[in-house]
Amino acid sequence: MKKLSYDVVILGGGAAGMGAIKGVLSQNASVLLIEREPSTGGVLNQCIHNGFGLQVFKKELTGPEYHEMYLETVEPFDAMYETTVLDVNFENSVLKAINAAGIYEIKYGALVLTTGARERPFEALRIPGSRPSGIFTAGLAQHFVNLENHLPGRRAVIIGSGDIGLIMARRLTLEGVEVEGVYEIMPYQGGLTRNVVQCLKDFNIPLHLSTSVVKIHGRERLEGVTVANFSDGNPVSGTERFVKCDTLVASVGLIPENDLVDKNIETSNDGGAVVDELMRTSVDNVFAAGNNVCIHDLVDFVTIEGETAGKNAARVAKGQKIPKREGFFKKGKGIRVLSVHYTTATVPFKMYVRVEHPMNMAMLKMNDTKLKVVLNAKPSEMIEIMLDPTKYNLKGEIVISATEVKK
Amino acid sequence: MKIAVIGTGIVGSLIAREFTKYKVEVEMFEKLPDVGWGVTKANSGILHAGYDDEPHTLRAKYCARGNEMYTTLSKELDFKIKRVGSLVVAFNDKEVKTIEELLERGRKNGVKDLKILSKIEALEVEPNLSREIIAALYSPNAGVIAPWEVAQAAVENALDNGAKLHLSTEVESILEENGKYRLNTSNGIFSFDVVVNAAGLWADELAESAGVKVTPLHPRRGQYILLDRSDLVKTVLFPTPSKAGKGTLVIPTVHDTTLLGPTSEDLTPSEKNSTETTVEGLSEVIKKAQKLVPMVNLSKAIRTFAGLRPENDIKDFVIKREKNMIHIVATRSPGLTAAPALAKDVVEDLAEKLNLRTNGEFRPKRKAIPRIADMNERDKEKLINQDPSYGRIVCRCNKVTEGEIVEAIRRGARTLDGIKFRTTAMFGRCQGSFCTVKIMNIMRRELGNDFEDIVKNLPKSNIVDGVVR
Ligand SMILES: Cc1cc2nc3c(=O)[nH]c(=O)nc-3n(C[C@H](O)[C@H](O)[C@H](O)COP(=O)(O)OP(=O)(O)OC[C@H]3O[C@@H](n4cnc5c(N)ncnc54)[C@H](O)[C@@H]3O)c2cc1C
Ligand SMILES: Cc1cc2nc3c(=O)[nH]c(=O)nc-3n(C[C@H](O)[C@H](O)[C@H](O)COP(=O)(O)OP(=O)(O)OC[C@H]3O[C@@H](n4cnc5c(N)ncnc54)[C@H](O)[C@@H]3O)c2cc1C
Repeated sequence: MKKLSYDVVILGGGAAGMGAIKGVLSQNASVLLIEREPSTGGVLNQCIHNGFGLQVFKKELTGPEYHEMYLETVEPFDAMYETTVLDVNFENSVLKAINAAGIYEIKYGALVLTTGARERPFEALRIPGSRPSGIFTAGLAQHFVNLENHLPGRRAVIIGSGDIGLIMARRLTLEGVEVEGVYEIMPYQGGLTRNVVQCLKDFNIPLHLSTSVVKIHGRERLEGVTVANFSDGNPVSGTERFVKCDTLVASVGLIPENDLVDKNIETSNDGGAVVDELMRTSVDNVFAAGNNVCIHDLVDFVTIEGETAGKNAARVAKGQKIPKREGFFKKGKGIRVLSVHYTTATVPFKMYVRVEHPMNMAMLKMNDTKLKVVLNAKPSEMIEIMLDPTKYNLKGEIVISATEVKK
Repeated sequence: MKIAVIGTGIVGSLIAREFTKYKVEVEMFEKLPDVGWGVTKANSGILHAGYDDEPHTLRAKYCARGNEMYTTLSKELDFKIKRVGSLVVAFNDKEVKTIEELLERGRKNGVKDLKILSKIEALEVEPNLSREIIAALYSPNAGVIAPWEVAQAAVENALDNGAKLHLSTEVESILEENGKYRLNTSNGIFSFDVVVNAAGLWADELAESAGVKVTPLHPRRGQYILLDRSDLVKTVLFPTPSKAGKGTLVIPTVHDTTLLGPTSEDLTPSEKNSTETTVEGLSEVIKKAQKLVPMVNLSKAIRTFAGLRPENDIKDFVIKREKNMIHIVATRSPGLTAAPALAKDVVEDLAEKLNLRTNGEFRPKRKAIPRIADMNERDKEKLINQDPSYGRIVCRCNKVTEGEIVEAIRRGARTLDGIKFRTTAMFGRCQGSFCTVKIMNIMRRELGNDFEDIVKNLPKSNIVDGVVR
């Protein structure tokens, strides 16, 4: 077994991990990246559409362009690629990793978790019927088309109107696959409005709200699906109809990837790592950033979170004291997702929330204090709230809520 | 002497292997593209203790004995058994009576170590069990296996001992001709001295083609929900059985996942491929599983599936011998458990009648595909030193390495399911959404086929269709 030791070890080299490397290097600490793929970039590598970098680079870039441009701003760093971490011993601050050269034991002063998210597979939805080939997660379909140059099929139904589903509807159409429609079980879209317009409307792909798949047909390859209208999460009987297709692309949610650590660090009920604004987890020398904390719409915020995590991890690794947690945020009425969960109440920071359901005019509150009004609030669009400890009392339990206000 | 075994389920595969202990030529026929993909692929995977079966049935004759034989068999064929034990729980006095009868019956069937536990004792064994129970029948001998792994292992071992395997070859009919048997198959005509029909759900029809009357089969469907890895339960949990069968269970699998099911739905004889799941079936599974273990959490579901039991009206296995032809029909539950004992009896009986000579060169052992995830650090390092591909994790959910996938291909996997059921890659919580492409690239490299030729399981189950312009 080979033994190594670093100030900071970073797990996962996507946008958050690269940000973390930069953060660590800014503090003159030693850093090692462990990444299971052959290179950095993570999910950016397969997102060949535009829409990345408006905040960080003030330009609209593709995923790979964003990756490349950001990488140029990072000093050289040590990395182990095609390497998987098998387990982490939090008590002794060592982890075990495996690659084609053997097993490694790596000691860290601080650890940064930037492991991203994974897609919820279609199979998890328990939709009855047969189990043929032709069923893909959106990420898998995207991988086939964008990186392997193969089409998943000829006539596709997409379920879930999150961004990945919408982007895949357009991508498949451009490649000559007939996209029969996008089916969304909720009464509202799951992705960004700009994606509904640019990916569906511009290509005349119908979006069926309050509709989903209730049965799968076909023994070998998919032959079709039965869809039905939904009301309050249940299919409405009598509305079933057969849709012929050989491909089903499921974009039914991303789950923060914390399998390796969720027995030891606190996670929220949606699976994200719970952190404070310094991106520190419930273990003092373990930090986290990116989609494993909370699913982000925009890569720019992921990068910034990563930089914060890396910088603070380096400070801890070098023995500096960082302030302790003072405030604790709780989801109140109308809030589906919230991150960060804690604050040290020392520096101004950004908090991200998603509302529970669409609201024309949402009033966001912190306990009884009004924070801001958001027009056209949707669960699919993350709302940023700036919190400044010199302006608000950020100690103790703080409930964040969103309520519809009448004009 | 040429012997044909039709079907490579748990029954056919163990019979074929048993025959290689004699100086005979064994050929196996399987209509599907891989072994063990029939009933043996989709069931509860439990080695039953043997208290369920009424004395004087073939089930009772073979179940407890088969269960015991598995211990040796698992060492010879290197497959995993977890002796997790089982609890049959009673919710009222009437059910307590029934489990007392089961205890008695178990003793008559030669089942060892059975005992009745009080509520408190049962909850100690299984803390997540419903608080509503009042007693339970405990057996430490019940176990769980991955049944298809046993069929693969038995076939590999039979091949190693000289047997032949015809995959994707359906036997259409059996005809007796001048003391020999002619098999008409989808891949030509073959002639044999002895034929064993272990064709699972189709064994009745195949017997019929040879002019042998057996009680007809109909499928009885069982639907399941598989939950992600957890320590929800440690033992197999049964409700008290009823006329409809053993009921819906909560099962800790060999892979540390939890299986809920099965249902019990009688289908018509024409529905032998109807492995669809249904809304009603899946909700029944949930309801019944939550009665046993209230904290069953469906957000942990990985997938659903269904299997078909080959049922007949007499509710028992039928072993019918006509000269040198043997039909094994109605391999319903506990067919997995019974299979080793049944295979041994069938083959020894025939060997005696035909005066078969034993094969002094028979090698009983088969080695499983090495599994990095189950090894200690020393063994991991050693294997990676020999072959670096065992250091490259391909399936992140179940930590399956490239070396394991290449080895599965070397042992005959030609489809994604072939790899899945040999390595557990694509078997975990992401259901292959991350590793499918990597595995297809390995297949392309090892087998030299195009992406478009790679299928999930059956010939038309292609994954991709065409290239990007
Ligand atoms: C399809 C899609 C479209 C998007 N479109 C846009 C857009 O138009 N504009 C925009 O701004 N944002 C977009 N986003 C959002 C943004 O790009 C992502 O949120 C961001 O890139 C996620 O970065 P990450 O580092 O958190 O995760 P990832 O990119 O997923 O990186 C995680 C990395 O960790 C590695 N890893 C995980 N576990 C381990 C382990 N145990 N050992 C070693 N390595 C490990 C993984 O291999 C991966 O490289 C999109 C996201 C997706 C999925
Ligand atoms: C829902 C369910 C739960 C069960 N649970 C348990 C349990 O927990 N414990 C237990 O002990 N038992 C259990 N069983 C029973 C057990 O699964 C079966 O008894 C056993 O798998 C039957 O094996 P087999 O070899 O007879 O059949 P199969 O596995 O079906 O093998 C027959 C093979 O023959 C092939 N074949 C068919 N026709 C032809 C042909 N004409 N030509 C060539 N090949 C052909 C088929 O493709 C198939 O591969 C369960 C069964 C079900 C369905």
